[in-house]
Amino acid sequence: MQTETQFETLPASTESRPGLIAVAMSGGVDSSAVAAVLQEQGHPIVGLTMQLWNQRRLPELQGTGPAQHRCCSLDDVYDAKRVAQHLNFPHYVVNFEEQFEARVVRPFVDQYLAGRTPIACTNCNTDVKFEPLLRMARQIGAERLATGHYARIRKNEATGRWELLRARDDTKDQSYFLWGLTQEQLSKSDFPLGELTKEEVRALARRVKLPVAEKPESMELCFVPNGNYVQFIQAYAADQKILLNKDEGEIVTESGEVVGRHNGVHNFTIGQRKGLGFATGKALYVLSIDPEKNRVVVGEDDALRTTVCEIEGVNWVSCEKPDGAIRAQAKIRHKHVAAPAMVEGLDGDRARITFDEPQRAITPGQGAIVYDGDRVLAGGWIR
Amino acid sequence: MKHIYLDYNATTPVEPAVLEAMLPYFSDGFANASSIHTPGQQARAAVETAREQVAALIGAKAQEIVFTSGGTESDNHAIFGIAGAAEVGAGQKHVITTVIEHEAVLNACQSLEKEGVEVTYLPVNLDGLINLDELRGAIRPETVLITIMHANNEIGTVQRIEKIGHIAQERAIYFHTDAVQSAGKIPIDVNAIQLDLLSLSAHKIYGPKGVGALYIRGGTKVRQLLYGGHHQRGARPGTENVAGIVGLGKAAEMARESLAEDAGRVGGLRDELERGILQRVPQSRVNAGTAARTPNTTNILFSGVEGEALLIALDLKGLAVSTGAACSSGAVEPSHVLTGIGLSAEDARASLRFSLGRHTTREDVEFALRVVPEAAERLREISPTFRRTVGSEKS
Repeated sequence: MQTETQFETLPASTESRPGLIAVAMSGGVDSSAVAAVLQEQGHPIVGLTMQLWNQRRLPELQGTGPAQHRCCSLDDVYDAKRVAQHLNFPHYVVNFEEQFEARVVRPFVDQYLAGRTPIACTNCNTDVKFEPLLRMARQIGAERLATGHYARIRKNEATGRWELLRARDDTKDQSYFLWGLTQEQLSKSDFPLGELTKEEVRALARRVKLPVAEKPESMELCFVPNGNYVQFIQAYAADQKILLNKDEGEIVTESGEVVGRHNGVHNFTIGQRKGLGFATGKALYVLSIDPEKNRVVVGEDDALRTTVCEIEGVNWVSCEKPDGAIRAQAKIRHKHVAAPAMVEGLDGDRARITFDEPQRAITPGQGAIVYDGDRVLAGGWIR
Repeated sequence: MKHIYLDYNATTPVEPAVLEAMLPYFSDGFANASSIHTPGQQARAAVETAREQVAALIGAKAQEIVFTSGGTESDNHAIFGIAGAAEVGAGQKHVITTVIEHEAVLNACQSLEKEGVEVTYLPVNLDGLINLDELRGAIRPETVLITIMHANNEIGTVQRIEKIGHIAQERAIYFHTDAVQSAGKIPIDVNAIQLDLLSLSAHKIYGPKGVGALYIRGGTKVRQLLYGGHHQRGARPGTENVAGIVGLGKAAEMARESLAEDAGRVGGLRDELERGILQRVPQSRVNAGTAARTPNTTNILFSGVEGEALLIALDLKGLAVSTGAACSSGAVEPSHVLTGIGLSAEDARASLRFSLGRHTTREDVEFALRVVPEAAERLREISPTFRRTVGSEKS
């Protein structure tokens, strides 16, 4: 019995199939819809699902319930395969556990322990999805890698530069996580969903009867099974023999007055509200974290608002590093509305964002993205 | 697209003659082989004929063959069955095996360890062979079983099981071999080898999947694995898979008849493939290449190439081969067999297994020799870590 595939005859030459596009498939409806879209456009495609994290590594985190809402679990791999079988294209699972642990998981834990609030998804995009996975895609003969990200890529013929833009559906826009992509990476990537709304994507999935058309979205960090990242950090630190500071630390006000105790700076993020206001009746928020002194500084809301944000590891995307300061809009968090600011490049890979108005809770470790309208000009890590 | 298939160690196509032999037992011959009535007796006759055919393949007596659901069940039955039936007084039972066994054997042994049985996993050399002195040295008064595979599925290396059988016999220890990859490819005589138990599987010898056999020498003290009715003299309950068993029998008979001829022809093609790849792909090497091997297998290291990527690239070009062991998600994990013979994790990940079979043609080999060097070259061009060594181009 011969199975019909999209490749009707054995390739006469052994050249790579022209126009082959690799689709990064998570088993979710977005990346599955990408496969359907590309197929409808007539491209030969191959699906790749990354195996990133062995959920059994930290057995104490295993719940007894089903592995739902966890990206790239076994169920998700099977879902991706079912989609590939349904649409009749080849699909493979590729093992990037080592790279993922080294470039995403470990830095995530280290950052929290250093009092910063990391964004694992950005590291995953820059250092895993669009690096070894993109390379794998090209090695197996694909010209480009397509993903289900809500964002847009455009070649600016005038400047010759590859530009990254927000998605048309601003509520789903994921350009915030993609600022690390180089020109080389952008030139070989594809975001077919960038012009679509989520409703349009679901409608497409239903129309081609994708098995995952009604699958709920995964909102959590893919490697943190229950969303409890503190528990994950503790389990991972124990597994890796990273020493956690066992001493209780102090929670202090800006003037140094001790108002409480804590058991780990990794429990906190800037702007977090602590229910300590009973003495004064005012709410207190985390202003800063000092991992060396094992100390968390709290204060009132107005102290959380600052105008200057310095970033490092800056990647200039849609434009080159400018001379002098430019006018732009900047986001300091995914769910932040981009605010007007002056942006100037500093020496090396640093830059400074000076907002017109104070912004609440500028948090070290998060990404800050500089936009010019829809175009992502640059991104970097908040210092 | 029809693929060129060079993955016979993973599984084999069912011979038309085997399928033909099986089919009646899905329709007219459907009766339960344990039923007393005539239809049952006819099914019973078919099962017993198959039993004789399998026994003949390995030089055993028919009543020493138990039909199972496959190689994994046979391995489990042998290991848990011997360990479970053994009595060592107050001491801890002990089992000896090797580091390059199939997972069915390794995981069964690991499960025994959780029950308090001690297990020695003998290391192997570059040729995949255990050291016989180390085996002797590992034997204790409490050793109840030696289980060592005949031919390895990944690298094709063949263990000196006659010598192991001799040692086991000397020390009066039960000896089991997983012969899933060797039965039908190289000759086996359970008496010459002095085996007590042997596992084999139909789908590796051009029979159907889901059926295998366990040879148990008469008089062996072994517990049953499954509980139920009294089928197969109580050794293995469960209504017999008559059609499957008939298929296994016919496949075993065909394997015995064509073994020598197959070995010669397939061996020649394998050698051609091997030579051709080594010539056309710089910095490639056969893993355990100098060892005694089954005639159909070659496991080749492609330095600096990500084996997973090469596997996919070849699949997209229409060549089906294999690498390492797959985990449940389907991703590739580094092979314990390759690291067991001394390869670094990196080299283990850079290796692919090509396994030929009865239906492999010269054209298949020529196709492989066209696509493999090109794919490897492309991967090396795109790889960030591959360093071409000066003078590595071969003539």
